[in-house]
Amino acid sequence: MTGDDLRAAVAAGVLRSEEGHRELLRSIVEVARAIFHARAASIFLLDEARDELVFEAIAGEGSDSLVGTRFPSSTGIAGWVLVTRQPLVLEDVSEDPRFAKDAAEATGYVPKGLMAVPLLHEERALGVLEVLDRPARPGAALEEVELLGLFAGQAAIALDLLQAARRARAALEGSGGDLESLARLAAAIDGLEGERRSVGLEFLGTLERLLEGESRAARPPGSFRTKP
Amino acid sequence: MSAPERSEPLPAWSLPAGAEKNIELAVEWPAEVSREWAFGGSTGSGVRVCILDSGVEPNHPLVGPLADAVAVVRSPDGEITIEPDEEGDLCGHGTACAGIVRSLAPECELYSVRVLGAGYTGSGPILVAGLRYAIENGFDVVNMSLSTTKKDLAESLHELADLAYFQKTMLIASAHNLPVESFPWRFASVLSVGSHDRDEPLDFFYNPEPPVEFFARGVDIHVAWVQGSSLRCTGNSFATPHMTGICALVLGSHPELTPFQLKSVLYLTATNMIGSR
Repeated sequence: MTGDDLRAAVAAGVLRSEEGHRELLRSIVEVARAIFHARAASIFLLDEARDELVFEAIAGEGSDSLVGTRFPSSTGIAGWVLVTRQPLVLEDVSEDPRFAKDAAEATGYVPKGLMAVPLLHEERALGVLEVLDRPARPGAALEEVELLGLFAGQAAIALDLLQAARRARAALEGSGGDLESLARLAAAIDGLEGERRSVGLEFLGTLERLLEGESRAARPPGSFRTKP
Repeated sequence: MSAPERSEPLPAWSLPAGAEKNIELAVEWPAEVSREWAFGGSTGSGVRVCILDSGVEPNHPLVGPLADAVAVVRSPDGEITIEPDEEGDLCGHGTACAGIVRSLAPECELYSVRVLGAGYTGSGPILVAGLRYAIENGFDVVNMSLSTTKKDLAESLHELADLAYFQKTMLIASAHNLPVESFPWRFASVLSVGSHDRDEPLDFFYNPEPPVEFFARGVDIHVAWVQGSSLRCTGNSFATPHMTGICALVLGSHPELTPFQLKSVLYLTATNMIGSR
């Protein structure tokens, strides 16, 4: 395998990883919608570079064309949930003239009820999960908020992986020759046999452990360990 | 009741013989602390309550007049300043909290310190600056229906929470029900609040297994929202202003109480305290 081949393979892996996590996010909003018998569920991702919230996945009412739509990161209901890290359950939210107008202009669909929870991973706020228009379950409000929190934990892990995959792709695309050199080195070791190959893989493993933490964001999962 | 006259400064680190008269307590405590003693007949008059949140819509029918409203803003070069708030509420949540406090303590003075709207990035330092402003202005109660997970802010928030505690500003903060470490509700100098699902606004429970110290009404509450609207809501962030309003009532009756004494009164009059009625 040449360095170019390996680089292409790594890039393909990163791309597949991102697509896989997108599917996971879509699955999460679908399951959230199903569990709460809701009309819609959606995930917003924080774009820290532009300080905006981005529609990342949506299930049910609304439109897939909304995916990619951007909002201010600290205003409105989703912005409040993101900044304050507090979940929120609102009924009659259609009575909020500002919210109703924005929703109507975006999708033509104005929800009546809304549950929103921040997606928190370690100390970072990654985005917001919303569940829209679930049927009333008198006496179950606190239980619903707990359940929503569990979902939020799962979604936050998926979002963290998605962001890591995107950073890896960006690093690969913008690395010039740096990562390509490393890819050639990995390819050369991969082509060795017997004890020489074992020593080479051990060297890469040591290098990986040395850079653990700093390089985590720029490395696709499983790299350098294709043939343990 | 006014504080006792002190002929000498209070002892700083020790209590010498014969100095007991210098630490006479300002409040005459009854043999049994009842709700009637704690806040019977109180309207919260004279108590200054700060809503640290998304701003408050002034003159909303469920909120009434604000004594003052400021916003913590960040200039393009990163400088954080306190400005008069011309924008009101950027979400609705701050107005909801103010309305809940007003419904419980109708004659308290309401102040808004807006810490939302300057973007997510940098929102942590804005929160710290807003809290510092509230403490420096000596509000009696500060409602914080918010939290942060940023560990580098924890030390600053902790110092501010202790400063507030010792200068008689009661910080009341929403607890988290998510599996993350967050602040400032976990600090012992803060009064932390979770939700119960009863309908009675004055029902509150002391939790003998902290860190969440009190549970207050937090489910299906009719609240004020933006542009004169109202809606129903659920969450710890709405339980918190219930405890804020109850604290305003107690301080309206007993303005001399320190945060330690105030927490003690709340413990003794909690719904789950036998004989609190």
